[in-house]
Amino acid sequence: MADIHELAGLLKELDDQLVGCMRCGMCQAVCPLFAQTGREADVARGKISLLDGLANELIRNPVGVKERLDRCLLCGTCEANCPSGVKVLDIFFKARAILTGYLGLSPAKKAIFRGLLANPRLFNQLLSFGAKFQKLFTKEVNDLLGSSCARFQAPIVGDRHFKGLAEKPFHKLVPSLDTPAGKSGLRVAFFPGCVMDKIFPNVAQSVLKVMEHHGVGVYMPPNQACCGIPALSSGDTDTFQKLVALNLDVFSKGDFDYFVTACATCTATIRKLWPRMADRFNSRGQLREISDKTMDVNQFLVDVLGIKPEKQTGGGKVVTYHDPCHLKNSFGITSQPRAILTGLPGYAFKEMTDAGTCCGCGGSFNLQHYDVSARIGGNKADNIIASGAETVATGCPACMLQITDMLSQKGARCRVRHVMELYAESLG
Amino acid sequence: MNKSPDSLKKEFEAIVGKDNVMTAEADLHSYSYDAAVLPSQAPAVAVRPETSEAMGKVVKFCNDNGMPLTVRGAGSNLSGGTIPEKGGVVVVTGALNKILEINAEDMYAVVQPGVVTAKFAAEVAAKGLFYPPDPGSQTVSTLGGNVAENAGGLRGLKYGVTKDYVMGVDFFDVNGELIKTGSKTVKCVTGYNLAGLMVASEGTLGVFEKIILKLVPPPQAAKAMMAVFDDMIAASRAVAAIIANKIVPATLEIMDNFTIRTVENFRKAGLPVDAQALLLIEVDGHPAMVEEDAQKVEKICKEQGATSVKVAKDAAERANVWQARRDALPALARVSPTTVLEDATVPRSKIPAMMQALNEIAKEYKLQIGTFGHAGDGNLHPTILTDKRNHEEWHRVEKAIDAIFDRALALGGTLSGEHGIGLAKSKYMKLECGLGALDYSRRMKSVLDPKGILNPGKIIGF
Repeated sequence: MADIHELAGLLKELDDQLVGCMRCGMCQAVCPLFAQTGREADVARGKISLLDGLANELIRNPVGVKERLDRCLLCGTCEANCPSGVKVLDIFFKARAILTGYLGLSPAKKAIFRGLLANPRLFNQLLSFGAKFQKLFTKEVNDLLGSSCARFQAPIVGDRHFKGLAEKPFHKLVPSLDTPAGKSGLRVAFFPGCVMDKIFPNVAQSVLKVMEHHGVGVYMPPNQACCGIPALSSGDTDTFQKLVALNLDVFSKGDFDYFVTACATCTATIRKLWPRMADRFNSRGQLREISDKTMDVNQFLVDVLGIKPEKQTGGGKVVTYHDPCHLKNSFGITSQPRAILTGLPGYAFKEMTDAGTCCGCGGSFNLQHYDVSARIGGNKADNIIASGAETVATGCPACMLQITDMLSQKGARCRVRHVMELYAESLG
Repeated sequence: MNKSPDSLKKEFEAIVGKDNVMTAEADLHSYSYDAAVLPSQAPAVAVRPETSEAMGKVVKFCNDNGMPLTVRGAGSNLSGGTIPEKGGVVVVTGALNKILEINAEDMYAVVQPGVVTAKFAAEVAAKGLFYPPDPGSQTVSTLGGNVAENAGGLRGLKYGVTKDYVMGVDFFDVNGELIKTGSKTVKCVTGYNLAGLMVASEGTLGVFEKIILKLVPPPQAAKAMMAVFDDMIAASRAVAAIIANKIVPATLEIMDNFTIRTVENFRKAGLPVDAQALLLIEVDGHPAMVEEDAQKVEKICKEQGATSVKVAKDAAERANVWQARRDALPALARVSPTTVLEDATVPRSKIPAMMQALNEIAKEYKLQIGTFGHAGDGNLHPTILTDKRNHEEWHRVEKAIDAIFDRALALGGTLSGEHGIGLAKSKYMKLECGLGALDYSRRMKSVLDPKGILNPGKIIGF
């Protein structure tokens, strides 16, 4: 390990961003983690102060700072509500990269990110293999939610009720596509993302059906890689940049008007984090071009295609909506998915309490801090149940996983669906 | 203190439980500051009692061991009142956050100190009652902190500040004895007004266990308006004229030209950027009175030279008026890295003179100062925009702050309208109070807290 002055020097590069925090503490009001723990080190102000302390050598223990910095859902609610406009996520991603660079990546993460994620073919093969044998190790707990739990003690799975890997991942069902623009006159590149590919292929198929219905051409090259967020949030910028490069290679051959995803997290990563964090490629116009064209599918349908579903009357099954942080906080996308849901035939839309608060997943946060993740998610599940909804819709596969676990734990009879699944069904 | 850190940790763990004692460097650092622009100071230990009983034991333990103790709610205060002493203990009240009773019949509530102000106000409103104090930090600030600092807010003019709602405070003395003061009755003259003594004591005289707060009926109607002036003096005269006409608005706020331009730049809400001053006014009460007061206020503003007065027609327009005010601090805060929010307060009639003085100070020290605030009660928030890393400029900021207080005091004003004295202003205390009052306070403190463990250094120094 290099010396502390070197680390302080690296963190000093963040100084201009750190001093913007006037320590008013307003982030306490909106942070889902602070709401559970009430600890200053869990809220943005505390973390910024820790980084400032490390940069100014008031703190000598980078491991202690890193542990506390990692306790964050990266939901961005603090940034969206910060009176001083502090770019909290920017600071956290950069600081995680600096601290990981300084302290090194854990062996497990190294194996997963560099061994697997950065080699999409190997990653796909391994998970296909897993999909075949998972039933030996798991048992079904809730048929409606399609959730399972571990048959035997398994440290990573713990008490989770999880969605198993799909029997056939999406890339096996539809390896690639290149269809011409139809009546809309538009062509989109479609990026399913890992979770959708391996766990929710039906969502990706729904997106294709929707595009076909609206006469939108789809470009979907084979061998897409992960968007990079798991690596980036662990501070592994090397793997992150490698993944960005892989994706640029496969997509740059296509010709499209928009780069569409149905995963809120992928959208936020590609649109906001690629240009900010993949600096090695900043000189490549392709990165900026793809990132600028990136759009959430709900927004694409409502804002670009201008679909105006007729408002249904006469009720039906109650559907509610959970705002993924990466749509609400990163882009302010809240009305578009609701517009789609409100127009669904056979459904009556009902708002739940605190639809805009984080479900507690936070990607790897859920793996490292399951206890508090489940407490946050438990509140979300209670609000969903209290709404009386038979279906909860959302726009992020990671939220779908977390909400499924939380509802399943409570034995709820409520389906978890992506907005696109419901919309595709309504198209007959 | 002659115990080893390990044995201290174990003894605190025995009182509040293992999970509620923090001694790691990173945890301690996160309790080393508050919202004041002052140097941070990490404590030796931070504890988070979950019961009143544990809180009392913590206080006694600290006193027995001569450890300085600083109670902390949200840490949102602006005068350094929650910056701990070296080698001291920070007692976090976050886990003591229960609303024990809301009594609609007798219109009072009993709360633990860690209850968040806005959450409390919402619970009270849900029962059809009203808790008016609304400090700017209310979404995070705690009621214990509000009482300890005597927090104010936008509604101070008509509804008063926190002290006007404190009916009683039960607190621990340094020996961990629970002292009960005040009453749930409207009238109570039993003994010394110890509850009154606790208000604004900034944690230097006792540690709150529970608080009894007065509640009032909510106003039935409200009307907001925005008056535009091309002259700050005219706007200030309008403030005085409204009060002189026996109208007491719920809220009467002022924004100077620099603040107006900054807010407009931030929100693009269509504010008049050429205006020298805006008055944002809300009258509330019985619908008929609200209607009449609103008309009178509009007339007075025009008589005093307002170039336009826009009365909000509906809830959305009313929200727009207040959004402009709420945007003042965020907008100013984004201009520069460091934001120093002061709260010099003068008698209402002296607002024009104070505004003039602030302009002169900004010029003299070559600083950007945006001023907004509670014109109705004379509580202004000159906000200095600077960069603390620029030592030369920071020196000028310190001089300017001295000058602001000099002028406020010369106008018959006070050092702090609502932020408290804390560490930031203790050095000015003798200027306002005189040595007699300071000495009296110090003698009282030395008897009640002989070892000087309760939030040392705040208000009266040492």
